[in-house]
Amino acid sequence: MTAFKFSKENAERVKEILTHYPPDRKASAILPLFELAQRQCGGWLPKEAIEAITEMLEVSLIRGYEVATFYTMFNLKPMGKYHLQVCGTTPCMLRGSEDLKGVCKRHLGIENKETTKDGLFTLTEVECIGACANAPVVQINDDYFEDLDEKSFLKILEDLKADRKVKPGSAIGRQGSAPEKRRAHAKGK
Amino acid sequence: MPKLVIDDKEIEVPDDMTVLQAAAEAGIEIPVFCYHPKLSIAGNCRMCLVEVKNTPKPVASCAMPVCEGMVVHTNSAMVKKARKGVLEFLLINHPLDCPICDQGGECDLQDITMAYGRSSSRFDLNKRAVPDKEFGPLIETAMNRCIQCTRCVRFSSEIVGIPELGAMGRGEDMEIGTYVQKTVTSELSGNMIDICPVGALTSKPYSFKGRSWELAHTPSIDVFDAVGSAIRVDTRGREVMRILPRQNDEINETWISDKTRFAYDGLKYQRLDQPYARREDGLLHPVGWNEAFSLIADRLQHVPGDHIAALAGDMVDAEAMVALKDLMTSLGSPHVDCRQEGSSVGMGPRCSYLFNTTIAGIEQADFCLLIGTNPRWEAPLINARIRKNYLFNNLPVASIGPTYPLGYPVSDLGNDPLILEKILKGKHPICSALKTAKKPILILGQGALRRDDGDVILRLTQEIADKYGFVQKVWNGFNVLQIAASRVAGLDLSFVPGAKGYGAQKILEGAKKKKIEVVYLLAADEIDVRLLESAFVIYQGHHGDRGATVADVILPGCAYTEKEGTYVNTEGRVQKTLKATPPPGEAKEDWKIIKALSDKLGLSLPYATPKEIQARLVEVNPLFDEVDRIQPSFWKPFGREGDVNPIPFEFAIQNFYMTDSISRHSRTMAKCVQQILGWEKAHV
Amino acid sequence: MLKVSDRIFTNLYGTHDWRLKGAEARGDWDKTKTLISKGKDWIIQEITASGLRGRGGAGFPTGRKWGFMPPDDGKTPRYLVINADESEPGTCKDRDILRFEPHKLIEGALIAAVAIGAHVGYIYIRGEFYAEANHLEEAIVEAYKAGLLGKNAAKSGWDFDLYVHRGAGAYICGEETALLESLEGRKGMPRLKPPFPAIVGLYGCPTIVNNVETLAVVPTILRRGASWFGGIGTPNNAGTKIYCLSGHVNTPCNVEEAMGIPLKELIEKYGGGVRGGWDNLLAVIPGGSSVPLIPKDVCEKVLMDFTSLAEVKSGLGTGGVIVMDKSTDIVRAIARLSKFYMHESCGQCTPCREGTGWLWRMLIRLADGIGSPKDIDVLEEVTYEIEGHTICALGDAAAWPVQGLIRHFRPELERRLKMNHVA
Repeated sequence: MTAFKFSKENAERVKEILTHYPPDRKASAILPLFELAQRQCGGWLPKEAIEAITEMLEVSLIRGYEVATFYTMFNLKPMGKYHLQVCGTTPCMLRGSEDLKGVCKRHLGIENKETTKDGLFTLTEVECIGACANAPVVQINDDYFEDLDEKSFLKILEDLKADRKVKPGSAIGRQGSAPEKRRAHAKGK
Repeated sequence: MPKLVIDDKEIEVPDDMTVLQAAAEAGIEIPVFCYHPKLSIAGNCRMCLVEVKNTPKPVASCAMPVCEGMVVHTNSAMVKKARKGVLEFLLINHPLDCPICDQGGECDLQDITMAYGRSSSRFDLNKRAVPDKEFGPLIETAMNRCIQCTRCVRFSSEIVGIPELGAMGRGEDMEIGTYVQKTVTSELSGNMIDICPVGALTSKPYSFKGRSWELAHTPSIDVFDAVGSAIRVDTRGREVMRILPRQNDEINETWISDKTRFAYDGLKYQRLDQPYARREDGLLHPVGWNEAFSLIADRLQHVPGDHIAALAGDMVDAEAMVALKDLMTSLGSPHVDCRQEGSSVGMGPRCSYLFNTTIAGIEQADFCLLIGTNPRWEAPLINARIRKNYLFNNLPVASIGPTYPLGYPVSDLGNDPLILEKILKGKHPICSALKTAKKPILILGQGALRRDDGDVILRLTQEIADKYGFVQKVWNGFNVLQIAASRVAGLDLSFVPGAKGYGAQKILEGAKKKKIEVVYLLAADEIDVRLLESAFVIYQGHHGDRGATVADVILPGCAYTEKEGTYVNTEGRVQKTLKATPPPGEAKEDWKIIKALSDKLGLSLPYATPKEIQARLVEVNPLFDEVDRIQPSFWKPFGREGDVNPIPFEFAIQNFYMTDSISRHSRTMAKCVQQILGWEKAHV
Repeated sequence: MLKVSDRIFTNLYGTHDWRLKGAEARGDWDKTKTLISKGKDWIIQEITASGLRGRGGAGFPTGRKWGFMPPDDGKTPRYLVINADESEPGTCKDRDILRFEPHKLIEGALIAAVAIGAHVGYIYIRGEFYAEANHLEEAIVEAYKAGLLGKNAAKSGWDFDLYVHRGAGAYICGEETALLESLEGRKGMPRLKPPFPAIVGLYGCPTIVNNVETLAVVPTILRRGASWFGGIGTPNNAGTKIYCLSGHVNTPCNVEEAMGIPLKELIEKYGGGVRGGWDNLLAVIPGGSSVPLIPKDVCEKVLMDFTSLAEVKSGLGTGGVIVMDKSTDIVRAIARLSKFYMHESCGQCTPCREGTGWLWRMLIRLADGIGSPKDIDVLEEVTYEIEGHTICALGDAAAWPVQGLIRHFRPELERRLKMNHVA
């Protein structure tokens, strides 16, 4: 890989981001800029991007590297096209996240931190992603897929494989975090 | 001044102190790992937890400011439990490899565990394995032993100012390292070994060479630059095993440079361990002392005094210089010089060649102007002081000369000596900063002085100093940064040409023209020895280095670890080395060699014992009577009127790791040249 | 039970328009200028009188916190920082505010900024909340366009700029000083206290850090009056609260209810009851993963407020209620939390860095019935060696769930050891 450069569009975005912070506190922009670079590089943050951004922000390389290795959302090596982030923390675990990992293993042949051979999927078991009332949850790239079970998750994976559009949000049609109407009603009977 | 009670002792301390410092004042020890008096407070090891009355949780004493009426317990049940817990946590992932660990015997974790830990661990799982890192030729890593105290990380960013170490990852996977296995490049890197409280960072050259309890310790003084850092020479038998810093807050605080610390292996190679003489075959042959002296006596017999000259090298002690000067005077020679590189400055008053502000005084400065100097290489500890002032007070620094990353921002005024004239005339943008500074300092490097117009620059700088208030009643901001350990003593002893005497440059030219017939090199190696080919050269020193190659007679002397010698550092501070090991073979203390030679020549110098030579030093210059102190020097005019040469300045040191006969023969330094400076081949 | 008319978050589920127009229709940004014109002292006084306590977990009185700001010297900038790094397992309330009620938060931020004298505010939102951050940014753009932010914000005479700052995956950044470190561009490692952020905060300047829910309720409190808010809930536990119901309930959901609502009522009424009926309940973690669990018999009567839950050695925390029925492997459920804390420990200080992993490894071994009863004692002692010995509260948060497990389920741990022995 050659030297990293922000695309024209992103360079504009960088300029805008830098206005958020006092001029002598440019370092503050390191997370947003890493994120932007990762997006530009197709989901991972190459060494060259770390080097270019630390230089731009006048942060020493080692401090930038510390930051890149501290935050879990920065991927320091290439990832699959779809990053399956299965939440494994207790609230999701209680509602079947283990089964979702099983789907990945059975249908994609990958375990935690592995990527499918076709480069389509990378599986990561992540810690609580803050949608516990809609557990179990899988974040695929930027989008949350909620109220999943094996069947609905498998359908999403198959749609993605076939390059079909998938709809983020509740797999059972819930409105946000509202109680599911069907069951609430059934319980009343 | 708040009053507080620590373990029933009432104590009154300044209000900027922490509980830990207050406890130390009261003579109460609190164990620590991450805390280091010269580094910022991290508070992460949690070893220093104490109980503070009316606080529910134990408190990190290293970070807690004292306040009035505080009641502290450092030995309560709560504290004991906390300490036991912290130690148990530190040990669960720390290998129990003390028997093969170089830190064994001087390990904080070992000592503190013995004193405060539990007798056994309840941890029965597998320990964490952390890959070792490659930090270069000086620092060995064993990262399994790391307790993540981050002292090394803080050292690199705070003391050095060029951050190279960091803690990557997080949680139990956090690892200390450099950016993608980059070599550590700081000239102060060896200090990380000292501050590492465990055996994670140890000395690579000393690896598996010895155990701390086998070593004898001799307090001494460093001679690789003119700072005069306080060192401890650790020896086993006749061998120097390692060199460590001693604390001296006036000079080196607790640090030393990597050359000071690691060049000692140069003491083992290419040593002159007996006299030699050049025979008809053109080769040097071992001879006895008597024969060597006789050869010299024979050669000198028909040579007039003003055909004899002497040069003193950069690591020579005052005793040898005073003896040689006395001998030359007896021989009738005015041609002596301790400025082997040919510089013409140093004949003026003492203030014209000293670092007048003092090293500790740098901390008070509010402006710093560097002129033709790279303090990072010429005096790493002085550079560290400037950095310290920058760290705490944002010291503005400007530089005239070539640039080099120093670990603090420097505004580069360009490399044009004529800028000095502009500054003097008030016609340079920097003048306004100089005018407003209350305690400005300027540091004149050898790069600006070791030129033909050196004393013109000296005068110009003095005028600048006068004009902008660098010199006040209790403040002298005029500083010459010497780089040779012997230089100030040499100048103090007037080891410079007398009336009609030749300086170094003329001596060498004279030798080439056969005007000078005999040249006495007192460990002088930083010269163009080819000019001496037709002269009779007496080389006295400890290494078969450059000077020895052209010698007709070689007299083996002592290196700095092998003698009691007096040095005066760049501040003008008189200090003494102590003898840590005997010299190799037949080598002898330098002044004694000269004394013995004088006897042979029938010019017996009037001193035979250490006491007598000391008395002679004091006789020549009374300041030699004031060891470890700096004598006030008086501000008088110096330098010479003249035109400044517009040729840009050059740094006086081109290769930090090899500056002298010892470091040129150090294999460790050769590795540094290759791996840190990235030079293809070490210039040996 | 909370009257529908007393609900603050009328668009909690996103059934209505979350944009400015919809928000205004629901009463947001109504007479903001008038509220601000009553002055910072009045605002702080009202919020103090309302009894509002921080909704991020610690429950510190908000008015008092604002009062910690040092007097304005006119030179040093002052900052408002909003903690939207919601990551506590069991908690997903701020997410709904960020995506469906962003204007409540923005208006609350402006009012708080006036109260503490800040002209700049940052909303630190966890990076995973990508869509939520987009809503928030859009809402901020709307607010700027409508003159509600920026120079003379909402015509109040006060200048206030508000920025969204996205995190990048670190639970610890929910700790306020770690958040500030992260906002300054470093690793999210908590700072030593004192000094507290109100004195030395963002960029070394006086700073107040507030949770999203805390600020989002501020405008409504000021509009409806401190006594209205104070009249809801139980003594010392005023107002409404968004609870998150997750785990083994029939209808997991978020719901805004009164402080002090009985836990059982909350579960039955909004969660559709415990899966398989109340008698199938094993235990509940009532306030996010950091608080100790409470077993069924305690759940019968306990009220959802700071005081009542502290009395049963647990806590209200964030109000994230994790319900576990009898099918739960309780040891593994807690062990998974230990794994969470191990993963999220910043690694800075010894007890947490070394202790969290040890807890997890001991727990998974005990879950398999491996070891001896003595190991349970060691496990418990280790939690006490972590608790209270760390720089921030993550150490405590890692210790408490394990302590809760041993407190209430020691026989279960012993049973497994015995079973394994027999087999």
